Amino acid sequence: MKFSVMVNEGPYTHQASDSAYQFIRAALSAGHEIFRVFFYHDGVNNGTRLTTPPQDDRHIVNRWSELASEHDLDLVVCVAAAQRRGIVDPDEAKRNSKDGDNIAPGFRISGLGQLIEAGIESDRLLVFGD
Amino acid sequence: MLHTVNKSPFESSSLKTCLSLVRSGSDVLLIEDGVYGALAGSTHSPLVTEALEALRVYALEPDLKARGLSGDRLIPGIEVVGYDGFVDLACTNDKIQNWL
Amino acid sequence: MSKAKKFMYINRHAPCGTVYAVEGLEVVLIGAAFEQDVCMAFVGDGVFQLKQDQDTADTGMKNFSPAYRALGDYEVNRLYVERESLEERGLTEDDLMPLTWEDEDDDWAEKPSIHIVDRAQLSDLIEEQDILLNF
Repeated sequence: MKFSVMVNEGPYTHQASDSAYQFIRAALSAGHEIFRVFFYHDGVNNGTRLTTPPQDDRHIVNRWSELASEHDLDLVVCVAAAQRRGIVDPDEAKRNSKDGDNIAPGFRISGLGQLIEAGIESDRLLVFGD
Repeated sequence: MLHTVNKSPFESSSLKTCLSLVRSGSDVLLIEDGVYGALAGSTHSPLVTEALEALRVYALEPDLKARGLSGDRLIPGIEVVGYDGFVDLACTNDKIQNWL
Repeated sequence: MSKAKKFMYINRHAPCGTVYAVEGLEVVLIGAAFEQDVCMAFVGDGVFQLKQDQDTADTGMKNFSPAYRALGDYEVNRLYVERESLEERGLTEDDLMPLTWEDEDDDWAEKPSIHIVDRAQLSDLIEEQDILLNF
């Protein structure tokens, strides 16, 4: 089965990111494919490399980066939502004259079309949010 | 269709809305704070108990355990599943509606 | 691309209090370019998104309600509003923005985009969809 997952909330404030992560891990363990993980609304905040959570708690952002690296996942942060919330990659920083970028490894910034494409190309699309 | 509900019925109308629109024979999976909808003896229990006559209702075990809810506190007929069961439900149902 | 999928965007949040209505609408408008079979449903507080006379000036927030008028131009012309949700909130169809679209197969006749449906009809509509997104 080819799954895509949409994550609509940021790390820690809601369980959405955790639930999405655990679902994806279970799907991968069962041999399924993850076509794309699309981060929207505050979900784009899963893509900043500047978080410093307490050491005795899960590091949500790093966890996504590691999962992406291990399984070659496509983690896409919506550009419009990212611009609103200050999630920036080097290209966006240059384009919008920002003095830095903060995108975490394994994430890329792209348009809402990537979400629609994920819906079209996948067998199942799940949404985790508030 | 697989429906998931992630909100407590005490906090949000999501469970009520889901159950008012879901078709007979569907699967409803309670996740995150939605697992509180599985509790027996609550003011929402009759709604879920009645729903069980036409639907299969599941509760996600890791979320139950995280909240200190054991199987014996649940409405009879609710099936407890893990994330692997969640994945299976997502496979066996053609479509998914995630009530937020 | 294979056969178009049926997308339904289910709107359950009121406008203004959260960003979900606005960012949901952005998905619908961008998604309209993909030639899929798209419709929207408004349930619960989502019906408030279509309320006429929204004026956000004194809140300092942008008024996004005019953007709903563009939906017809993007061929999103089936906006299903749940009757029970309207009634529970003391609203009628007259409280909603008169959203329309132009039917090129009917000499560009202007037709209403909003369809008031009852819960049972909405349940049937939901069941027909391939992809359901909630805002």
